[in-house]
Amino acid sequence: MSIDPQRKPYTPPVLEFKSSTFFAPVLILYNHDLHLIEQSLNEKISQASDFFKNSPLIFDVQELNKENNEFDVTVLIELLRKIGLFPIGIRGGNEQQNNQAQKLFIPVDTVRSNEGSSELAKEQEQVIAITESEQPGSPPKTNAVVDKPTNVPKPTAIPATLISHPIRSGQRIYAAGDLIVMSQVSAGAEIMAEGNIHVYNTLRGRALAGVQGNKNSRIFCSDLQAELISIAGDYKTSEDLSDNVRKKPVQIYLQDRALIIKDIA
Amino acid sequence: MARIIVVTSGKGGVGKTTTSAAIAMGLAKRGHKTAVIDFDVGLRNLDLIMGCERRVVYDFINVINGEASISQALIRDKNCNMLYILPASQTRDKDALSLDGVGRVLDELAADDFKYIVCDSPAGIEKGANLALYFADDAFVVTNPEISSVRDSDRMLGILSSKSRRAERNEDPVKEYLLMTRYDASRVKSGEMLSLDDVQEILSLELLGIIPESKSVLTASNQGVPVILNDKSEAGQAYADVVARYLGEKIPHRFVESKKGFLRKIFGGRL
Repeated sequence: MSIDPQRKPYTPPVLEFKSSTFFAPVLILYNHDLHLIEQSLNEKISQASDFFKNSPLIFDVQELNKENNEFDVTVLIELLRKIGLFPIGIRGGNEQQNNQAQKLFIPVDTVRSNEGSSELAKEQEQVIAITESEQPGSPPKTNAVVDKPTNVPKPTAIPATLISHPIRSGQRIYAAGDLIVMSQVSAGAEIMAEGNIHVYNTLRGRALAGVQGNKNSRIFCSDLQAELISIAGDYKTSEDLSDNVRKKPVQIYLQDRALIIKDIA
Repeated sequence: MARIIVVTSGKGGVGKTTTSAAIAMGLAKRGHKTAVIDFDVGLRNLDLIMGCERRVVYDFINVINGEASISQALIRDKNCNMLYILPASQTRDKDALSLDGVGRVLDELAADDFKYIVCDSPAGIEKGANLALYFADDAFVVTNPEISSVRDSDRMLGILSSKSRRAERNEDPVKEYLLMTRYDASRVKSGEMLSLDDVQEILSLELLGIIPESKSVLTASNQGVPVILNDKSEAGQAYADVVARYLGEKIPHRFVESKKGFLRKIFGGRL
């Protein structure tokens, strides 16, 4: 290990930024009459004073703006503070209202406006729908898109590894995604992939698909003479291969922890 | 430019040294200045097969260590003045070989107008074998028609395609040729030996020739005369064909079919 003379001695950091999620009540206003608002708020707070004491709050004026009611945000903020609440955001306001709020250091919460969030959700659903359909091996499910939670991070696609030269005895190939081999795989060779394995020639060596545990991965080969085949850790050796799949074009997949070898001709 | 040929197999006893001696002689006989180097340091054999064991003064390791010049160590063949032998050291082991040293010797030979440099690889996949193939342009993979030899050859082919200089530099790959030795067509016919097709199914290489099993190979080795010089012997003729094919001549393959089978055809199976 080399020591960098330029490196500064270690000092503890002064500050750090971290991403975090908070829960805060949202106050949705349906009436623009400030007196009525004050009255209703006081009633609610008296019912659960501990809950509302010093509570941060986001107020939502979207419903009011739908009816085009004139509404002074500055006065509302003053009112909320007087009651003992801490407004920390405005939602669904128009340009003028947002400006008023920002002057009083109240940030504008645009991301979570109802319309925006539904659009975002749709977008994420589309992303998931695309990756679903690109996954070979998993049967198309019509409900899959709806079932998926919308906050799944967008998966990054790993390009498939393509090998066109013969893989000789003693060689090992590892692919982080799918592995496609155009030439023969000799006895004593080992090919591994985190995704699917395709061998468009004779497979005599070992083939291990889904080595990181992807049980949906499959092995395809045009001439099965493998020493060993494995999907997500479940394996069969050459001895276990029956004669009606040997030397045939087959696909191999996992079903209820059992390796299924099926003719694809 | 010198062309560097490695004769390799992985497995021992398949005929690497016999092949090295024969093809080096064949190339030299055709007028190409050729050197053949014994990489089997510690188990020196090539000098015996070439019949020059009594003329060894300096060896490959002496040249690598700078104890002798290349011209001092090279032994000129007594049958052909275009052929030179660089013997291995018998008193050392493979650790005496170094990548730099081997590269330097090969460069010196190339600078000395050698057209072909034949590297006779030791068996195994260790240092000696790796250094023998590292600088190769062409590889003659010597294989016997039996399964362990075929698998070892397959392994060697893997090493050629990943650990040679051409592979490391991403240049054109080493040109690989199959040489099937000790082939007995009658035993193939009776199913005792793998056939050419069986071997080719696994290796799928360009076939440079089939060398039939022949008593003349052992006789030639014991006499220290490369078998290619015996043009009455089938093995000698087969090696001559190999050299011709390597140099680009189109010659049909011989010795694939059993001779007995041929006679049987004539005599209607009465033999």
